[in-house]
Amino acid sequence: MSAIGELRTLRRDGRGGLTADQKQALAKERRRDSKAAAVFLAPWLLGLVGITIGPMIASLYLAFTDYNLLQDPNFTGLENIQRMLGDERLGRSLVATLTYVVVSVPIQLAVALGLALLLDRGIRGLALYRSVLYLPSLLGASVAIAVLWRLVFGGEGLVNAFLGLFGIQGPAWVAEPDTALGTLIVLHVWTFGAPMVIFLAGLRQIPRQYYDAASTDGANKWQQLRKITLPLLSPIIFFNLVLGLIGSFQSFTQAFIVSNGSGGPADSTLFFSLYLYQEGFAGFRMGYASALAWLLLIIIGAFTALNFWASKYWVFYDD
Amino acid sequence: MTTETLATTEPTTRPGKRPLVIKHRRRRPRVLAHVGLILVAVVMLYPLLWMVTSSLRPNDEIFTSPGLLIDTFDLSHYPDGWNALSKPFGSYLLNSALVVLGSVVGNLVSCSMAAYAFARLQFRAKTVAFAAMLLTIMLPVHVLIIPQYVMFAQLGWINTYLPLIVPKLLATDAFFVFLMVQFVRGIPRELDEAARIDGAGHARIFLQVILPLMVPALATTTIFTFIWTWNDFFSQLIFVTDPDLYTVPVALRQFIDAQSQSDFGALFAMSVVSLIPVFLVFLFGQRFLLRGIATTGGK
Repeated sequence: MSAIGELRTLRRDGRGGLTADQKQALAKERRRDSKAAAVFLAPWLLGLVGITIGPMIASLYLAFTDYNLLQDPNFTGLENIQRMLGDERLGRSLVATLTYVVVSVPIQLAVALGLALLLDRGIRGLALYRSVLYLPSLLGASVAIAVLWRLVFGGEGLVNAFLGLFGIQGPAWVAEPDTALGTLIVLHVWTFGAPMVIFLAGLRQIPRQYYDAASTDGANKWQQLRKITLPLLSPIIFFNLVLGLIGSFQSFTQAFIVSNGSGGPADSTLFFSLYLYQEGFAGFRMGYASALAWLLLIIIGAFTALNFWASKYWVFYDD
Repeated sequence: MTTETLATTEPTTRPGKRPLVIKHRRRRPRVLAHVGLILVAVVMLYPLLWMVTSSLRPNDEIFTSPGLLIDTFDLSHYPDGWNALSKPFGSYLLNSALVVLGSVVGNLVSCSMAAYAFARLQFRAKTVAFAAMLLTIMLPVHVLIIPQYVMFAQLGWINTYLPLIVPKLLATDAFFVFLMVQFVRGIPRELDEAARIDGAGHARIFLQVILPLMVPALATTTIFTFIWTWNDFFSQLIFVTDPDLYTVPVALRQFIDAQSQSDFGALFAMSVVSLIPVFLVFLFGQRFLLRGIATTGGK
């Protein structure tokens, strides 16, 4: 079960259906175990408090301050939020980030799903295909691949060399405000291997009998896909969608390298995390950067909540 | 979905006989599927192959043709690139290896301990703790990075590898805790019971029963930690600013700035070098990678 599935069942189960005996046995076991748990969980708990929750609270406070690392934070109330409302670069950053997320995630998942369906039919050489298609998703986050992308989509790059064979003079893709973001979307789609492998695992969970029964009843492949495969795969599609959205909202490396840290041209690749980095670690406006971080958390949270809400209408849980 | 069923990576054949007519009809789509797959595979790999061949060509030939055939072999980019920055590239590889080693050890120890507690022990507020752990998987690093930076700066840890390694020792990569919890749940409880009857406490059950059985999950963790840490740019860029301490991603970034923009061959060469470790891990650890990603859904 995926992390998301776990959260669902946790919410649903509670501790309701236990008998008195079971509760007593549980309490006894709990006393015996709790000492051990304190030891086994110590590192994790220290991390949760010291590296996660503590900094979260600190960052919430810093979001309402002016802080440059050298002097103590200076409480400024809602000034950072006011500044956000009038911040044009923030606006362009949001446009770039949302465009990237909304375009690249669905395309990537569609490609991943399509290829998983092709591979699922017990095709010869499955292992080889899967490896080849999976490899880019391991390399895609690296600086080296971002560097490669800069050169592949540069004015004299690989793409234009290809287009040149057909007499087409392509633009310098990474240097044009209209196309720079597109190159990053292509890069994201290129890493479809990870969701594809998850889809493949999910497809294998669907009982073969369903298909046999359907074809006995005269259902064609298309009907089988729509009535069996997609509904039964929908929890996994949902899982990939949620994680894909959360992940791509935080993209940083590729935009940083392709634009040499600027988010250019014309802020067209100024991903949210890149703007946050510029404000915090280049401009040393740590207070404002913290406010940006919380804005990002709120946006991601809202998108995820929306996703969970919408899932009621299209995700089918078999259990 | 259970761990065991997902762990089978080989395709299951479909039982049941199909009428001959259908078999005939299925032939053509099969060929089409192969053609399509090969096409996709070639497009996917082409940029990588182009990077490798470009690192072996003279600079003036790199951008003249999109082909992969090399007219004149030129190995000079590798020594050139190796020595282009203030330190030889090997020292950045070593720095990265150090960070990776610390991160792997940290994740293995701390995440397996937490996973044992979540999978096997009963304690107060377990549900809340478990939910908190699951939620931190989805928490964006950016929300934490600024106060973390302030904290590590006050501890005097900037320009050391401690900000990169210590969080791993504290199981902050909750993804791996979850992966291991899933795995431990699949180990029969009878084994714990038997050990307990023999007088073993939790420490011994963990070390002598559970840990040896969860080697596949530990392997998956090792491999993913290796690759993600090796590729990680954001936190290394922030916490490591001393050029002598640069790790591979940060050094490579410096390369783009420092390099006179004409020596693309050297840039390609060092990019290739930086990807070799990931590629090797992929080659030898594929089984665990695919299993891990299928079990927990990857990241």
